Amino acid sequence: MAKTVEEIADAMFNMVKEAQGQKKLKPMDLTKAMLEIFGDEVDKKLCKAAIKQLVDSGRCVYTYFGGSFLELPHREGAAND
Amino acid sequence: MAETTYKTPLLDELEKGAWPSFVKEIKMAAKRSPMANDLLGQLEQSYQEKIGHWKHGGIVGVMGYGGGVIGRYSDLSEKYPGVSHFHTMRINQPAGWFYTSEALRSLCDVWERHGSGLTNMHGSTGDIVFLGTRTEELEPIFEELAKLDFDIGGSGSDLRTPSCCNGMARCEWACYDTMQACYQLTQDFQDELHRPAFPYKFKFKFSGCPNDCVASIARSDMSFIGTWRDDIQMDQSEVKKYVDGGLDIQKDVIDRCPGKCMEWNGKELSIENSFCVKCMHCINVMPKALRPGKDRGCTILIGSKAPIVEGAQLSSVLVPFMKLEPPYTEIKDLIERIWDVWCEEGKNRERVGEFIQRVGLGNFLEAIEVEPVPEMVAHPRENPYVFYEEYYEDDDGEEEEEA
Ligand code: SF4
Ligand code: SF4
Repeated sequence: MAKTVEEIADAMFNMVKEAQGQKKLKPMDLTKAMLEIFGDEVDKKLCKAAIKQLVDSGRCVYTYFGGSFLELPHREGAAND
Repeated sequence: MAETTYKTPLLDELEKGAWPSFVKEIKMAAKRSPMANDLLGQLEQSYQEKIGHWKHGGIVGVMGYGGGVIGRYSDLSEKYPGVSHFHTMRINQPAGWFYTSEALRSLCDVWERHGSGLTNMHGSTGDIVFLGTRTEELEPIFEELAKLDFDIGGSGSDLRTPSCCNGMARCEWACYDTMQACYQLTQDFQDELHRPAFPYKFKFKFSGCPNDCVASIARSDMSFIGTWRDDIQMDQSEVKKYVDGGLDIQKDVIDRCPGKCMEWNGKELSIENSFCVKCMHCINVMPKALRPGKDRGCTILIGSKAPIVEGAQLSSVLVPFMKLEPPYTEIKDLIERIWDVWCEEGKNRERVGEFIQRVGLGNFLEAIEVEPVPEMVAHPRENPYVFYEEYYEDDDGEEEEEA
């Protein structure tokens, strides 16, 4: 049965949460992981919608460190008050 | 009003000479903006020490977007509090960089209210660049810009703000409507522009003719350069006027034709159009006498980039001729196929041109379902990357082995 956007967003969020502070994940890393885990139950369009939901809701933020990544919102080391 | 007046002997040197000076502009802004004033102080210190004092911020942005804001913090924030945060914002420029003076004033007003007031019109990507603001000002700026119908541009691993020459709006050489193509593709690929999902940056640039005023062949991953496929239009009486007016047509036009396809018999100019490489040279020299042909479209090239991970590269031909007209379905399909393959297989920070070099153009063409054509070969025998399978009997070897 096809997965919903919410289910994929949750699965992606958990991946980002587990990787936080250890490995930076690109949106494509998350998409590839979802395709591998859920097979035919997901497609790239659904993954794109899930990423949009994660970012629009503020659960994840885009970050840039040489390339663009998805991370949990946090205060970065370089930031001044 | 600025509180501290910094002595800036090194920066002052950059005000000398005939050219406009960014130092002069910062000094003018410093009279009203403490941020611009502290920028002078920090910059002078950097010049003296030969050390940059910016820290890179990788997380600042506006809600929902992953590009358009480049985070900067000062590592001397106690000494120069005005530049403690000094983020850059890229604002999507209108196609062809046309503004009403009212639009320009409104943009500058927003920026004086919320930032340093310093702008760069325009950055090398083509965007309007707003230089220097604080994190808490980003959302209010974004809101005000939206009310003015402006949006933030691209940065990071996304589609960078597409840009174009002003083509048909001002230039008689435009072979397709660059401004419309640029505008339409910008609208259609909003997701790719604001939500970075690529291995690295990707740029489109649209030039209306081979003069390539936006340098798309050197500065965009996908270059759209106007061209024609019929004969150059010629007015012999105007050619004669140029010659009578003192133009050395042999030396300045014919000998410089890279296609070696022009001849002047003292009365008439002739062109062997099948050898013309559409360089625009003759047309540029004799604009009243020669014009591009009537069957116009564009050549699509792929792969240029500045040196970042690997060296600089110019784009090379992907589609020799395509009509670039609304609704742009054919080109959008091609772009999406390219992105699909590159996103799937590209390495982090690998531009599409580097990706093509790594996997080989033959494999890339097969993956994006484009047939190889001779125009893709820059020089015979120099880049024989196209594998003509029809000349190679795959089964032969197997049969022999089995036999
Ligand atoms: S690229 Fe060609 S069409 Fe565009 S402005 Fe330059 S000369 Fe004109
Ligand atoms: S456009 Fe260039 S190649 Fe073509 S005829 Fe003119 S000078 Fe020669």
